[in-house]
This record gives sequence, structure tokens and C-alpha cells, in this order.
Amino acid sequence: MKELRNPAALRRLLGDIGEKARSLGRRPRLMEVCGTHTMALFKSGLTPLLAEAGVEMVSGPGCPVCITPNGIHEAAIAAVTEIEGLTLATFGDMTRVPTRTGSLQTAVPARNSRLRIVYSPEEALDEARRDPGREVVFFGAGFETTIPSIAYTAKHAAAEGLRNFSVLPALWLVPPALRAVLDAGEAAVDGFIYPGHVSAVIGAAPYEFVARDHGIPGAIAGFEPGDILLAVRSVLEQAVEGKPRVANEYSRAIAPDGNPVARALMDEVFEPFDAVWRGLGKIPASGLRFRKAYAPLDAGARLGLGTADPGRDLPGCRCGEVLRGVVRPEGCRLFGKKCRPDSPLGPCMVSFEGACLIHFKYGSPGRPAS
Amino acid sequence: MSEKRISLDLGGGGRLMRRFIAEKIVPAFRDPLLGELTDAVHLPGGIAFTTDSYVVDPLFFPGGDIGRLAVNGTVNDLVVSGAEPRFLSLALIIEEGLETAVLDRVIGSIRKAARAAHVRIVTGDTKVVRRGQGDKVFINTAGVGRSVARPRLGGIRRGDKIVLTGTVGDHSLAVMLARGDFGLKSAVRSDCAPLLFLLPFWKRGARWMRDVTRGGLATVLFELAEHLPYPLLIEEDRIPLSRPVRAAGDLLGIDPLYMACEGKAVVVAPAKRADEFVRLMRRHPLGRKAAVIGEVQDGVGRPGELLLRTGAGGLRLLEPLTSELLPRIC
Amino acid sequence: MCLAVPAKITRLDETGHGTAAYMGSEVSANFSLVPQAKRGDWVIIHAGFAIAVMDEEEARETLRLFKEMADASDR
Repeated sequence: MKELRNPAALRRLLGDIGEKARSLGRRPRLMEVCGTHTMALFKSGLTPLLAEAGVEMVSGPGCPVCITPNGIHEAAIAAVTEIEGLTLATFGDMTRVPTRTGSLQTAVPARNSRLRIVYSPEEALDEARRDPGREVVFFGAGFETTIPSIAYTAKHAAAEGLRNFSVLPALWLVPPALRAVLDAGEAAVDGFIYPGHVSAVIGAAPYEFVARDHGIPGAIAGFEPGDILLAVRSVLEQAVEGKPRVANEYSRAIAPDGNPVARALMDEVFEPFDAVWRGLGKIPASGLRFRKAYAPLDAGARLGLGTADPGRDLPGCRCGEVLRGVVRPEGCRLFGKKCRPDSPLGPCMVSFEGACLIHFKYGSPGRPAS
Repeated sequence: MSEKRISLDLGGGGRLMRRFIAEKIVPAFRDPLLGELTDAVHLPGGIAFTTDSYVVDPLFFPGGDIGRLAVNGTVNDLVVSGAEPRFLSLALIIEEGLETAVLDRVIGSIRKAARAAHVRIVTGDTKVVRRGQGDKVFINTAGVGRSVARPRLGGIRRGDKIVLTGTVGDHSLAVMLARGDFGLKSAVRSDCAPLLFLLPFWKRGARWMRDVTRGGLATVLFELAEHLPYPLLIEEDRIPLSRPVRAAGDLLGIDPLYMACEGKAVVVAPAKRADEFVRLMRRHPLGRKAAVIGEVQDGVGRPGELLLRTGAGGLRLLEPLTSELLPRIC
Repeated sequence: MCLAVPAKITRLDETGHGTAAYMGSEVSANFSLVPQAKRGDWVIIHAGFAIAVMDEEEARETLRLFKEMADASDR
């Protein structure tokens, strides 16, 4: 893959991008909606290079941990602190999100209970299989990239008749969020960079409304620097030609129809509902919950955890606005001062995909001065 | 610090720990020697002194174990502070119920490592705590050495080069995988080793050294950059990485710049001598991948900053590690 | 996380589990979401599950494109 990082090739793409940006006659503002894209842009130092070429990159609601309201994080904390003999299994960065009751990492587990960091939901399922006397809850936040794996895990737990496994879901759908961002009209966006691995599951069709109904160009991008620049160039090309569409610039991994097997599994286990997103409020058909047939697997219902209350952000936290693309992390008064990775006040500063953490770790665009 | 309880992050080697030391430890003792906060301190009489504790989990991992770490970690603190290691103390805190075979293995490892590092274990202590009140075994070693150099940050000049003695991140990855955390198998081995081969470089004009442990290369260099009047610039492409660490970086999203080592150091070399340093290091088995990775310069950035020129040609500010995702890595 | 890399399937059993190799490291994964995949195929692995099979022809094409751009710039 190192060809996709070759500086000479990247310079050539940046040159093309600069030319197209100039011919547009204004400074295009492109939104990506995937924390891993945010990270790739910063880690490789592309954001300032794109700014030099005349393109401004802005992050949207691309961080599933960040958009999960505090109420659900607090329910996870309640599970492990109030119920004995329980394992709460989750992905690493979920454990550090700060709430009014602290974080999962600082929570004191109930007797014989514990927090466990896993990299795959199946690890949690394996523990439940091995230890039938133990209650195992998998707390999973994710977009369509991760949802099929959670669906698979839940389906198998049900098929095997396991009585000690459940899932606390925080499952979010990208296309409805795009709709909400566009309908809100706050973040003036000239083009979208669509998330590569979400698209591997959903394909290109779900984004077509953006081009068709809003006239905004977009391209699906992979995660190497070269992939991202190819997508940016495609978006600008579409803008110059006045022909907005959904371009697939990650063709080695994205089949136009995505992954139908994965989607069928998601559909079998989950159904859409009007979920409340941190920062964006209630968005129609934007979240997934268990279908009736799989209700016994829902940790919320099973363990009596109140997940309906969205909870409140910590005072001063502007994570919601950052997620809407309305304010940059640097625009938050707390950024880098009271709110830092070692003392975070919101999930955007905690999650690997959180814009604030990424901006903090990798330096803000425009710096360093020289 | 107003938190009522100690968090796990405090032991991570990052900003929280440094703040803890600055706000709780240093003021409590108000000692000018302690205030220097070097890895090892030079005492009157030409003696250098240091201490370190080892709580790594699991005890054994490819390329090393807690015993070997306990010797080499302390030996290396002395070497990079300008001292020839001579004697170690060895304190063991053992959890009731630990198999004696396991303890024998650890002690055997300590003996082997001490021999290889030319240090003598001359005093120690053994405690046993109730089952559940420790975790298998914790080790503390204090080290005493002969001062051979008094490196000063003030001696570092514009144009000085940053030399890295070899690949980074191997120790961290070896421990992570030994925990079985990621369903990942690779040929990685901890780089745990004594850095004695760096001692002659003090006489050759090395300005400053630090071993790259908790927090990784970026944290060590950031702490250096903070104290210099010129920014540090390092080149991503020049940083030696083993194939398993490169792979894990891509697969798991962990950044090798922040992954701990236990047998690597950064050496600040005068510009004219940097290439010679690298040549000489490469003659030694532990320095085969030594390379100049950056320099003290004023072309880009501001004083106090650590900058990385990425493989893609961009520039990036590096911050120290703020939260250790994986506790008990050393 | 969207974090995922292309890896080559080295082992695949009837339950859909197996391993894939990436730069000499081997990762355990579940291949049930890509039932059409077989040993030797390149897949995208995320959170322990393969979510897509890579199109090798497209991959080669992309790499060729970049090589061209890199070589052209050297002029």
C-alpha cells in the first residue's frame, strides 16, 4: 500500500486539487463523516496541505462513541457497578467517556463484576459460552461497519439458547445523519467524503439523495492518504463539471451494492427507530434497536437499565456542535485547557475517532507556524 | 489535583504522572537533587543512583519477562544518565499462591540478566501478601553506578542530531499480544536489553540520552523538546520499525510513536559526529538499525515544539502520550 | 471504529472462523459475513470480522495509477 503514500504522487494530486479549487472561484468546504478519515487526514499531515491547496476539510458526526448520548454510557456504568457477577465487555475508547457518574474505567465494579476490553463482539460471546453462570453484556457503539458483527453475535447467542448474554446497543446509521446535517443547513458544505468501510456494507446507493436532492457532490474514500486525495479530487471535479453524483474512489474494497449478506443480517436482528444523537437531537429512522424476536438479547430491557434518558453533557462541553460541523474543536473554550485527553469533559476528546482528541493529538490545521 | 482517588492513568508515564510528581512528590520533599527529575541522579562522591518498579502483566512474554525487565530497566536508567551500572538491590513482593516454579524462572532470569549487564545484586527484600492483594509478583530494583558523564540539556546545540538506536514499539506489542488481547499473532519479540554499548558515547561527545520506555518515542522527545530553545524536527520515514510493529500499527490503529521499548535509546549527537555514532552503533547487535531520525533546528516550528514530517510530506505537532490504553506494560 | 485493513485469508474452517495475514502478522477473524471468500482472498477486516472481499484487479489498477503519478512527478 505504500504507493498510496508516495509523496510525489500525493503532491501531484494536491496540484490537481489546487487547480480545480481555483477554477471553482471559492474555497470549497468538504465534510467527512468518519472518525477514521479525520484521523487519517491529521496523522498524515494532509489537512494543512489541503488548506494550502485551497480546500477546507471539516468533520461531521463520524464518531459513534461521541454521538452516543451520556444516558447510554451511564446505563453501561450502572450495569457494571450495580449488578453482581457481571462482565461488561466493550471496545477500548468507550471506557473513558466521562459522564456525571464518572467513566466505565473509573467505576468501581460490583462484587465479582468486571469491565473487559475486547476487540471483537465474539470475544464477549465466547466468555458467555465458557461461563454460563456469569452475566455477560456487550456494550457496542458503531455505525454500519460494526453493526453486522454485533448482529451476527446476537443471532448466534439466540440460536444457541444462551441465557446469560445480552447487548447494550448504541447503533447509528450514517445516511439519516447526513440528511439531518443537510436539513439543518448550518454547516455550509460543498461536498462529502463518504466513509469507506461503512460503504463496504451499505454500498453507494444510500448517498445518492445527497447528489440528487441537494446537488452536492461526493466520493467514497479509502483511508490511505492517496485514497483521500483521490476522493477530494473527484468531488472537486464533479463541482467544476456541475455534475454531482456518488463516485466510488475506493473501488478495490467497495462493491457498488456493498455487502448484502451483512445487510440482511442487520435487518434480521435489528429495526430502525428515531434515535436521539448527541448534538443532533432526534433523527428519524437513524438508530437500530432489537426486533421483538430478539428482545431477550437487549441488555437495557433485560437488566432494567434506563437507556431512554439521553442524559446531559458535562457543562461547557460543545461536543454536539463539533459533531454537527458547526464549530471546530479549537473553537471550544475548553479545548486544550480544561478539556484534554487526560482530563476529558466530553467524548469527542476521548474516542479514537473524536475530532477533539484528533485535533489535540495531531495538532490543529494551520500549525505549526514557521 | 483535586481528584479523590488515584486513576490508572497516573501510572502511564504521561502528563498526569508528571503533574502528580510535580504537585505531590517534589513539594513534599523539597530536595534540589530530586527536583532535577532525571532518570538517575548523580550524588556527591561520583555515585549515580536510581530506582524503578516493575508490574508488567503477563510475567512472561516473547523476548523477555519481568525479571529481565527489572534488571535492564534500571541498568538503562543509569547508562542514559551518564553512569556505569555496578550494583542493584532486588525487592520482591509476591502474591500468596504463586507457583514456586514461576518464581524460580523469574529469579533465574534476573540472574542471567544481571550477568549480561555486569551488575551485582547485593541486597534485597522479600515480602508475601495475601492472595488477591497483589498480582503474582511485583519487583523493585534500585541501581547504583559510577558517574562517567554529567549530561546537561544546556549542552545541546542547534544542528545537533537525534539518533535512535533501533526499531521502536517491539516491547509494547510483545506484551499486548502475550495478553491475548487482540487475536493477533506475530513474530514480535520484546527488545528488552541492557544498553551498555552506549556508555563509550559519552566520551565521544554525546550530549544527552534517554531510553525510550513508557509513552514511547514521541513522549521522550517531547519532554526533551520542552526544555530546548529550538524546536525538534523528526522524519517519519527515518524511524526504524520492525515489520510486526508496522503491521500492528495498521491493524490495530496503535501508533508506534507511542509504543514502549525496553532496549532502545535516543542519543543527541553533535552534528559532525552523528554519522560516526550511527556507524559505530550499527557494529553492535543491539544497534544494527540505528539511524539519525531528526535534528534540533529552527527552520520549522517554534521553541519547545516537537514536529514530525510525515511520510506524506505534511508536518505534524507531536504531543506526549496522555492516556495509556494498556496498563502494566512495564 | 472504521479501522480496517486488507489481509489475506490463510485459514478458513466450516464455522466461518479462521486467520488472515497482514505483513507477516496473523489475525484471527470471523469470515461469516463474506461467505463467498476463500483461502487466498484478500478481505477487509474490522473488529474481528471480515466485512468485504477485495477486488484484486481494482487494487492492482489503483496501485498502478499511483505508481504512474509518482514516476511522472519525478520528471
